[in-house]
Amino acid sequence: MLKQIEGSRAVAETIAACRPAVICAYPISPQTHIVEALDEIVRMGQIDDCEFVNVESEFSAMSVAIGASATGARAYTATASQGLLFMVEPVYNASGLGLPIVMTLANRAIGAPINIWNDHSDAMSQRDSGWIQLYAQDNQSAADLHILAFRLAEEISLPVMVCMDGFILTHAMEEIDIVDRDLVDKFLPPFVPRQVLDPADPVSIGAMVGPEAFTEVRYLAHVKQLQALELLPKLSKEFEEIFGRRAAGEHDADGLITKYFTDDAEIVLVALGSVLGTIKDVVDELRATGQKVGALGITSFRPFPLDAVHDALVDAKKVVVVERAFAPGIGGIVSSNIRTAITNIPCQIFTAVSGLGGRPITRELIRKIFASTVAGTMPALTFTDLNYDLIDREIERTNQNRRSGPMAENLLKDLGAK
Amino acid sequence: MDKPFAITLNIGSSLANHTGSWRNERPVYVNRLPPCNDACPAGEDVQGWLYEGEAGNYEQAWRNLVRDNPLPAIMGRICYHPCQTACNRAELDEAVGINSVERFLGDEAIKQNWQFNVTAAPTGKRILIIGSGPSGLSAAYHLALKGHSVTIRESAAAPGGMMRYGIPAYRLPREILDAEISRIVNMGVVIECNTKVENAEATFGEGFDAVFLAIGAHLGKRAFIPAGDTARILDAVSVLHMTADGQPPMLGRRVVVYGGGNTALDAARTARRLGAYEAIVVYRRTQEKMPAHEVELKEALDEGIVMRWLSTVSRVDEGSVTIEKMALDEKGFPQPTGEFENLDADSVILALGQEVDLSVINGMTEVNVDDGVVEVDGFLMTGRRGLFAGGDAVPGERTATNAIGHGKHAARAINSWLQDQSFVHADRPDLASFDRLNTWYYSDAPKTVRPKLDAARRASNFSEVVQGLDAETAVFEARRCLSCGNCFGCDNCFGVCPDNAVIKIESGKYEINLDYCKGCGICANECPCGAIDMELERS
Amino acid sequence: MSTPLKFYQVGSFAVGNRLLAEGQLSEQSHPDRTNSLTSGHRACQGCGEALGARYALDAAMAATDGKIVAVNATGCLEVFSTPYPETSWRLPWLHSLFGNAAAVATGVAAALRAQGKSDIRVIAQGGDGGTVDIGFGPLSGMFERNDDVLYICYDNEAYMNTGVQRSGATPPAARTNTTHAVGTNPGASFTQGKNLPVIAMAHGIPYVATATVADLHDLEAKVKKAMTYRGARYLHILVPCPLGWGSRSEETIQLARMATECGLFPVFEAEYGEVITTKKIRRQVPVEKYLKPQKRFAHLFGTNGHPELLQAIQAIADKNITKYQLLEADAQEQDTSKESSRG
Repeated sequence: MLKQIEGSRAVAETIAACRPAVICAYPISPQTHIVEALDEIVRMGQIDDCEFVNVESEFSAMSVAIGASATGARAYTATASQGLLFMVEPVYNASGLGLPIVMTLANRAIGAPINIWNDHSDAMSQRDSGWIQLYAQDNQSAADLHILAFRLAEEISLPVMVCMDGFILTHAMEEIDIVDRDLVDKFLPPFVPRQVLDPADPVSIGAMVGPEAFTEVRYLAHVKQLQALELLPKLSKEFEEIFGRRAAGEHDADGLITKYFTDDAEIVLVALGSVLGTIKDVVDELRATGQKVGALGITSFRPFPLDAVHDALVDAKKVVVVERAFAPGIGGIVSSNIRTAITNIPCQIFTAVSGLGGRPITRELIRKIFASTVAGTMPALTFTDLNYDLIDREIERTNQNRRSGPMAENLLKDLGAK
Repeated sequence: MDKPFAITLNIGSSLANHTGSWRNERPVYVNRLPPCNDACPAGEDVQGWLYEGEAGNYEQAWRNLVRDNPLPAIMGRICYHPCQTACNRAELDEAVGINSVERFLGDEAIKQNWQFNVTAAPTGKRILIIGSGPSGLSAAYHLALKGHSVTIRESAAAPGGMMRYGIPAYRLPREILDAEISRIVNMGVVIECNTKVENAEATFGEGFDAVFLAIGAHLGKRAFIPAGDTARILDAVSVLHMTADGQPPMLGRRVVVYGGGNTALDAARTARRLGAYEAIVVYRRTQEKMPAHEVELKEALDEGIVMRWLSTVSRVDEGSVTIEKMALDEKGFPQPTGEFENLDADSVILALGQEVDLSVINGMTEVNVDDGVVEVDGFLMTGRRGLFAGGDAVPGERTATNAIGHGKHAARAINSWLQDQSFVHADRPDLASFDRLNTWYYSDAPKTVRPKLDAARRASNFSEVVQGLDAETAVFEARRCLSCGNCFGCDNCFGVCPDNAVIKIESGKYEINLDYCKGCGICANECPCGAIDMELERS
Repeated sequence: MSTPLKFYQVGSFAVGNRLLAEGQLSEQSHPDRTNSLTSGHRACQGCGEALGARYALDAAMAATDGKIVAVNATGCLEVFSTPYPETSWRLPWLHSLFGNAAAVATGVAAALRAQGKSDIRVIAQGGDGGTVDIGFGPLSGMFERNDDVLYICYDNEAYMNTGVQRSGATPPAARTNTTHAVGTNPGASFTQGKNLPVIAMAHGIPYVATATVADLHDLEAKVKKAMTYRGARYLHILVPCPLGWGSRSEETIQLARMATECGLFPVFEAEYGEVITTKKIRRQVPVEKYLKPQKRFAHLFGTNGHPELLQAIQAIADKNITKYQLLEADAQEQDTSKESSRG
């Protein structure tokens, strides 16, 4: 049913259609609207046999999900930013134990300085946690990916994080097709856990494993991720057959990547999440002028689809990765993953760190990126839209005065003085 | 369940890990000698029969008891219970009333007509026992159990020896005595009364394979006391004997008894029962030095017997007695003071000790007599091969219990001797001393039980004036036993092991599972009764 | 006046007794008891925690017809019971992290509720570190929400698994590897402490109780009673640790007994925030008798000892005795001079 609806509400109603048994949450912007909606839905009795647990921290939120999942309950939670960092220990634990929890991550920057706006620093910090990470391009895919996520998680017994850009998606009103529960039931069968805490068939879960088997356990985690790589396109196809659209969005989206005019493109921009829409718009513009440009979206960042990315970029001359996060001291995070995929392709690769802490990535900015790439003036690593004036002044300050004061506050003061 | 590798495991799989290899010490169940058993002259397994009594298995308790002592109803009345003196429980509150439980079991056996079962095949050996007192009856019983043919010859008109002729009926009712003797007779033991054996040596000629001399000390000791011609002086043994025979002597209204032993008190109390309104016991030392048992004294005082401590009888005349007061010197010995006093007395009873009439061994040169008693070896055999002796006739404490022990000992020795074997004493286990107990686990008596117990304790003085224990109080009293040094089935070891390395086979029966026992020692430390030792592992 | 007769075998403090009727026996006296934690575990010799865990879980299993799910915090109990490839548990058991046992248990309880399996009950368990320190936030949250979980803390008064470091439950003056017995104030400091049973009571949850491995009947009764309530329940069990306390392995139970008999560890139970019963001291001892066998308190004794610290610890015990009314009128008059040296 089509609804003009906020992204968070759409996700919440989709989650409800997935019939979770335990939902737990601790509020953090911009995740709040999702869990607020779910509380209401549960209280209204709109999910059969579902418990909504208000916990006292994200650490406990993930822990409750772990307990619930190990007891054979379909478990869901949502968080963002600092909340994700606060639950890091149980995040790793959930994947280590192989518990198919689904979590929405409303992507948000990480402080300090504290910042509630969107970027991908939070998700990127957990790229090695053993979770599957799926990135939504728009609100329809944000909603749909959760259905896929539960199915995938339960098939291979691993947790899945669905990443949607905070505010940009979570708080955006759009027309969304809210799925029919009967269709969801067709796609997502009842949860049959691989292991469960059951007095009738007791097991000990969570043993201590030493050097004699630890490597094997870790390797098996990798094997599961590779299984997910094979499963995602299959499940996406099945999803399409039932729901009549692709879970990860339009344009060749197979659950792993989204290809947009990549086949003959000489320059391809690679991105995760909502910015892909902006890039596609600019690609359309440039294609209209005859430029051979394209876009590649990564839906599944973990597992990383090395082969699919390779095949999509095999004819590209220049690849620019537009990243909403970066690794201080080296640069791009997604870029290094892309580089691994295309080591044998003779193309140049650039990193454009953009949109940190909620700074908008405009069409104009994307045009500039394309332009400088075409002109050959694109540096290997660039921070787009950087205000060098602010930076120079702060660097000067620190050079002059040992006690130069708090950096963020200095910058804000300079901005005000401008 | 298709379990994830390594992190999810099958329950209980640690049983594959044998932690017993960590152990330096291992727990070992032991049976130590409880102090009651250690102290019992009759060698009773007191703790053992109390164990059955605790469970209310009275017949089994009685049967365990009579393995050593065939006269529990009697001993439950007249024994001075050294077991209770030794009882570890006295360190906590009061000794267990072992004697009262014994009496209860003995009475119960009479009431239920429990009999001794002789299962041994007849050996064809004939044994003569001279005297039917406690040692003679005990020996007869134990020999009969072995299948021997036993004849007792008794000079008196009725069997029982000192139990009949030395102990007044108010302490030992004759129907009790008769009942326990007849139970022994029922085993096939022949008792020939009014049959005095004049010559022990001659009896071997009658075909007896062994002879046991079990004569009691029936002769009262005499002392020289200046006396008028008409002074009435009797000895205590005779007084008690005549009374027991139903021909009590004329003692008069006022009686003085001279002596400080139990016999003196018996004589005084008997005198009261024979009509004397005043009975005074004259003793030359103090109460602390008195050989008579405290219980006896208390009962005597309760009955109005008057004690004259630090006094000697220096002269007896018709109707009066002169006593001299004594004073303790610095060494604590009584010395004459020269201070005299006259007491009115119709008769004086001397209770200055007893002797054994050993005329039966006159002429037997190989039998040595020293200080009025027969010399015996470690197996109670005299210098005459085949002639054994026990009870009052040999050195040792002259109590009925001791005599019963002699009877048992002699019977075993005779049995071995008859088979040309030397009798081997069983090893005595180490003592179960109080410091080995963990008394925490013995709980307080429930409030409702306390008054009953107190009543039971008061009743434990074998006076027939006070009835014995009933079944309920007997079980309470039995359960006060700490079971020193012997498992009583409390499950502590089974419960307190952090490694589940104690196997409970059944109630009261456990085994250490050495596959898992790490040797921590908690079981031994928490054993209430000290029945577990920790022993070093030998690698 | 005759001495009152104090002792009697039946109904004793021992694990069982052949003379008791079936209903009066402890769970531990049954040959077919659950052994929720079975043999082959790698706990040290004389481990109080291994004992306490079996006592508590077996009782819970008995109370629920074997329908228990247990969640375990990281710590000795977890490490010694489940090193791959062996587990000593015989019930459904989950270990997640050090600080989240209460929250994981909440999740288990929520799942069971959603599944309509109200007959299956949840127990979370951890050591004192996992309970009063790192796991305190989730535990408080569990209390506040009144989740249907019995949380059991096995308190051995320090971080033993990591090699004996101080926790929020380490008693004053105790030596640990982060409170060395040197300097002018040797050992752990005399702080306000972190009395978790009292903090649990402040949450107003249905049931809070303390117990020790020295009184099995009391411990079992409390576990069984706890299982009669719905909602959050807390049981705090003192479990001596030979390694960390520097005591002999056979003294584990004896020390737990002494801890209560001297007043340092009050044994009580509370309902909805109010104390309802206290276990009276039976044979009172000075704290010295409890402390002296433990090497972690060795610096209090001897020629270079600290009598002033000993006095301060006695004051804590005295305060407990008054606060929890640990002495019975007639118990105070009892003569303790005749005690067995091992009592």
